[in-house]
Amino acid sequence: MATVDVDLPHVKDDDPHHHGPAKGLGRWLFTTNHKDIGSMYLIFSLCMFMIGGIMALIIRAELFQPGLQLVEPNFFNQMTTMHGLIMVFGAVMPAFVGLANWMIPMQIGAPDMALPRMNNWSFWILPFAFLILLSSLFMPGGAPNFGWTFYAPLSTTYAPESVTFFIFGVHIMGASSIMGAINIIATILNMRAPGMTLMKMPMFTWTWLITAFLLIAVMPVLAGVVTMMLMDIHFGTSFFNAAGGGDPVLFQHVFWFFGHPEVYIMILPAFGIISEIIPTFARKRLFGYSSMVYAVASIALLSFVVWAHHMFTVGMPLVGEVFFMFATMLIAVPTGVKVFNWVATMFRGSMTFETPMLFAIAFVVLFTIGGFSGLMLAIAPADFQYHDTYFVVAHFHYVLVPGAIFSIMAAAYYWLPKWTGHQLNETMGKVHFWLSFVGVNITFFPMHFVGLAGMPRRIPDYALQFADFNSMASVGAFIFGFSQLVFIYNIIQNVRVGEKATAQVWEGAHGLEWTVPSPAPYHTFSTPPKVD
Amino acid sequence: MHEQVKTKRLVVRLATAAVLMFGFGFALVPLYEVFCDITGLNGKNFNEGPAAISSVDRSRTVKIQFVTVNPADMPWEFRPNERTMRVFPGEDKVTAFYAKNPTPEWMVAQAVPSVTPSEAAPYLHKVNCFCFDRQPLEAGADTEMPLVFVIDPDLPRHISTITLSYALYDLTDNQKVTQSSHNNDKGRASL
Repeated sequence: MATVDVDLPHVKDDDPHHHGPAKGLGRWLFTTNHKDIGSMYLIFSLCMFMIGGIMALIIRAELFQPGLQLVEPNFFNQMTTMHGLIMVFGAVMPAFVGLANWMIPMQIGAPDMALPRMNNWSFWILPFAFLILLSSLFMPGGAPNFGWTFYAPLSTTYAPESVTFFIFGVHIMGASSIMGAINIIATILNMRAPGMTLMKMPMFTWTWLITAFLLIAVMPVLAGVVTMMLMDIHFGTSFFNAAGGGDPVLFQHVFWFFGHPEVYIMILPAFGIISEIIPTFARKRLFGYSSMVYAVASIALLSFVVWAHHMFTVGMPLVGEVFFMFATMLIAVPTGVKVFNWVATMFRGSMTFETPMLFAIAFVVLFTIGGFSGLMLAIAPADFQYHDTYFVVAHFHYVLVPGAIFSIMAAAYYWLPKWTGHQLNETMGKVHFWLSFVGVNITFFPMHFVGLAGMPRRIPDYALQFADFNSMASVGAFIFGFSQLVFIYNIIQNVRVGEKATAQVWEGAHGLEWTVPSPAPYHTFSTPPKVD
Repeated sequence: MHEQVKTKRLVVRLATAAVLMFGFGFALVPLYEVFCDITGLNGKNFNEGPAAISSVDRSRTVKIQFVTVNPADMPWEFRPNERTMRVFPGEDKVTAFYAKNPTPEWMVAQAVPSVTPSEAAPYLHKVNCFCFDRQPLEAGADTEMPLVFVIDPDLPRHISTITLSYALYDLTDNQKVTQSSHNNDKGRASL
């Protein structure tokens, strides 16, 4: 890691080139400033998180009791589909891109992103993608209802009319992600401050560099697969239509060739965030920095050869099942290295438990639980029992909610004082943490049990024996959902008022971003700092 | 500026990589077919046409099950005349499937076969099969569709049951569109 010994030539507010932001709406529409764009990404992601969260609460309200109470099954399916799409593409991914925009230039000592205009463009097409997607809720036939994995021919032959809008939306958000990824790679590879060698880069920057390569490799494949769907629906081709010689299983192969790297796109930046926060509050250097870098790189490489573990039950031959089973289990090795290193960083550190650290520790514990249920699912013969049950739902929510989402919250609390210039309200942060922690576990832990007992996923009604655990999960979901209002209130309060934060903010914080004043000036590192 | 040239070159490379990966998504379609063809993983690489099998293995019999599937919107009656058969490997066998078009309109259908376990697919040799061609039927007409097959005596000994499944697809609309263009009867009809 960078030992930061910097002189600060960059704080020169009287320089005529260091103008502040433009005024009014134009500032946000035309901005090319990485901090403005980062803020917009984060606010957009928070809005999507709330919309997707409302959908999740509709799902949990319906599942509170067996029988059909609140919504029609078709609307229920629209909710599960839209919840998944919005959370994956609208909440988690833009949040990480927002964090990257804010933090990567500041972590590597660059004045801005490499391609500021493209940065503006890649953000501003995103709200339109989601307007298109959300507008499908009000179309005749309703929104997409075929699950976020949109398996063909369910999403082609049997889909509602609005599927075309869904495809268009996916194209736009894919373009946004690819542009964002190109920008991030160009920034990291070309704009590092003198002395900031690759192996001195902060872990968050490292994980994003690797994530950006994953994005460039697989988002075009997603665009390809939805294009094939479009052609099947409107232009009479038969990519996935068996009647015309196509193959529905081909859809699953192409989709998961995108889909599995996609899940690492949603977790590698989280690994980076946690690797920043734990050393700060353990007041020790990150244990095994280079092994962390190699672990992330090997996870990224392995993610391309494990996709068929999502489709063990399609009738693959034994050789295929065995290969994908062992390849998947191999991923546990670098992941284990990371968890070991986080624990070793904390070991005999002088730890304090501020809000970001609480979220980071919860991440390590709960993500590991999600990782272990993933290992259970990787066992091909056992997967036939677990496939398409709530056990899968429990697994991926454990890696995404207390995994990706908790890491984003940890990052927000960790860097918020740098963004707003105000110290955190620790009491409110802790209230938010404990409510979320308890809520998440009440929601998702019982899903393991109903899943193992055979409750299928994506159903609006279920057999009586699952009733108790489902009502528990619903109660937890409402606790978790409403506790996010504390988060929002806390952020708004922090922007408006609060004790003035120092440049260092956290006692144990190291890295270039902590050398600039809080709040970070509109332009930072216009003259590159020197890193020793 | 040296810096800008470097950035430009990198961006062009990355954008090219994205475009190539878009192409790769489509290239997965033929790759998938070639891969399945070589390995026989999807139970679809049958031997078709006249068989060059001389000897009959009378030391064992293999059970063949015939399964028919109608997709949701296919109104035809479609069933095998015999649900199961016991055959000696190497022995020529003839059976037939019954199909009836109960609608008041002329229709065309295509049967798409699949074999389970997929390992057995290359040993199931179809000398002649109704699934090689499209099947037109007048309104209310019915027909017997023949299948001539032989099991290769090299069939691994641990396989004692083979399931041959046919899904019957309605191609009437496709046929109307492509009739004039003399399309190949198999494969991606209009790709």
